[in-house]
Parts: sequence; C-alpha cells; structure tokens
Amino acid sequence: MSSARPIATTRTAAGMPTGRLAVWWVIASEIVIFGGIIASYIMFRLSHESFAVDAASTKMWIGAVNTFVLLTSSLFAVLGHKAAEEGNGQKAANMLYLTCAGGLIFLVIKAFEWNDKISHGHTLSSSTFFSFYFTAAGLHALHVLAGVIIMLIVAQTAKRNLELHRVELIGIYWHFVDVVWIFLFPLLYIAK
Amino acid sequence: MATQHAHAPHDPDDHPMPVEHSHHPNYVRIYVILLVLLGVSIIGPEFGIRWVTLVTAFGIAIWKAYLVAKNFMHLSFAPRFIGYLVATTLLFMVLFFAAVSPDVMKAEGTRWEKPIRQQAAAGHGDAGHH
Repeated sequence: MSSARPIATTRTAAGMPTGRLAVWWVIASEIVIFGGIIASYIMFRLSHESFAVDAASTKMWIGAVNTFVLLTSSLFAVLGHKAAEEGNGQKAANMLYLTCAGGLIFLVIKAFEWNDKISHGHTLSSSTFFSFYFTAAGLHALHVLAGVIIMLIVAQTAKRNLELHRVELIGIYWHFVDVVWIFLFPLLYIAK
Repeated sequence: MATQHAHAPHDPDDHPMPVEHSHHPNYVRIYVILLVLLGVSIIGPEFGIRWVTLVTAFGIAIWKAYLVAKNFMHLSFAPRFIGYLVATTLLFMVLFFAAVSPDVMKAEGTRWEKPIRQQAAAGHGDAGHH
C-alpha cells in the first residue's frame, strides 16, 4: 500500500471503506437537518390553512421538471460509479460531468423560479409558507451547488484513473440530495 | 451480505479491502421505474381526491426514495449498522415531530394555551401569515 495514502482512506475497521463510512455519517447528520425542516413544515402545513393559499402559487410543472433533471443526474452518477469500479476513469469522469450538468440545469431552473416568486412579492419574510419554501429549497440548492463543485474536483482525478473510489462517495452524497428533493417536491409543489 | 470482490482492478492499492456490493442492478430500468412513479405522482393529485393525492404524492415519494437508497446508494449492500444509523436519524425526526407538534398544531393543552391561535380562530387573522 502506498505510504502517501492516508490511513483513514483505506482501513476497514467498520467493515467498509472509511471514506464511505464518513459519507454515510454526513448523510445521517443531513437527515436530521432536512428532517427537522420537513417535520416542521408538515406541522405548520397541517395546522395553517393559509399555507394552501400560498402553496397554490407554486408551479408543479417546474418542480416536476427539476425532479426529472435530478433523477437523470442520479442515473449518470451511478453509471459513473459503475465505470469507476470497472477501472474506466475517463468514462466515470464523463458521467460526473453529465451529473454536474444536471445539477447546473436544476440551479438555473430554480433561479428563474425564485426570480418569478420574488418579483411577485413572495420573499423569505412574506409568509410562513414562503419562509419554509425558501429555507428548504435554498438549503437544498446549496447542497446541489456543493455537490457540483465536489464532483468537478473528483472528475479531475478520475479522468486520470486516480482515486476512483471517490466517484462512489460523491455519488452517494448526490443520491441523498436527490432523495431530499423527492420529498420536497410533493410538499412544496403538489400538496395544495 | 453480498459476495465480495476487490474494488478497483486498475490499482490494487487504491482499495486493498473488499467492498460489499459486487454487482450492479440494471440502473436504466430503475431509472425508468422512477420516471413512471414521477408521472403517477403528478397525475394522481389532478383527480382532486384527498386520499389519492396523499398516496400518489407522498406514498410514491417514499417508494422513490426507497428505490434510490436501495439501488443507487447501495444501502442494501452496506453493513447492517448503516441501516440502523439511518433508521435512528429518522426516528429522531419522528420524536421531534411528536414532541413539538402539539405546540404548533394545538391552540391549548393541559395547563397551557396559545392566545394567538385562539385569536386567529376567532377571525382576527391567521397565525400562518406574518
């Protein structure tokens, strides 16, 4: 084993690569964060009729398109993982670039959507619904942005057939971001 | 636990340890299923029936999340304690909801009341709006 590689990257005391364990640990903490927001949203949604009025202003087709984009990007991420396991770093990097493209499309659509909302007077402080809307979707968008940046870094090494295990690690994170959106979509765009 | 194999064949040092998932499901097939479920979750609420909306929007969201976690995140091939870790965090979410929801969803309880909600109920505005 190369002496240059950190021990934490390769040891298996937990029965799995430590890097993957770390990603699951991050995800566990993220579940608590997003879970708290979603649970709070559900409480207020069930007890405040005004939420239905504000929720009616969200456009379901925008949420649906963004769901399609994220699901498609998740497919590319997992195909990148498969390519990495086959030792094909160039293909893995290409899949990560396609995943990044999905993330960027998601953010562009989100930017246009928010611009429309703000231009109609819906802001973070205009109502409790929009406080949740901007907080939950905004935090999620930050996670998308972080994922895109990390994926671009991982792709740079992957295309040289180096550190291919990172492709799986960022993929697990990306799928989690996808899962969060899978729940935000019906909460913010369907339940009116 | 699934059959184990060496991780990256191009570089034995890259991961000298075995990993848990040795085969890949048909990802495109799972993706198509996810898209079909997305379509159902969009069409279902259009009927305007409350229970159909709940099932198609939220029931299918849970199903989609399960498919992604199981097949894309390979949760089914991860060590069992990872599943326990995720389940524990979800349990904390439920506990949080159970502990806090009475304060948010009820106007009064044992030895406490929430005047703002009572005012809202009396027609002085909705507490959901600032």
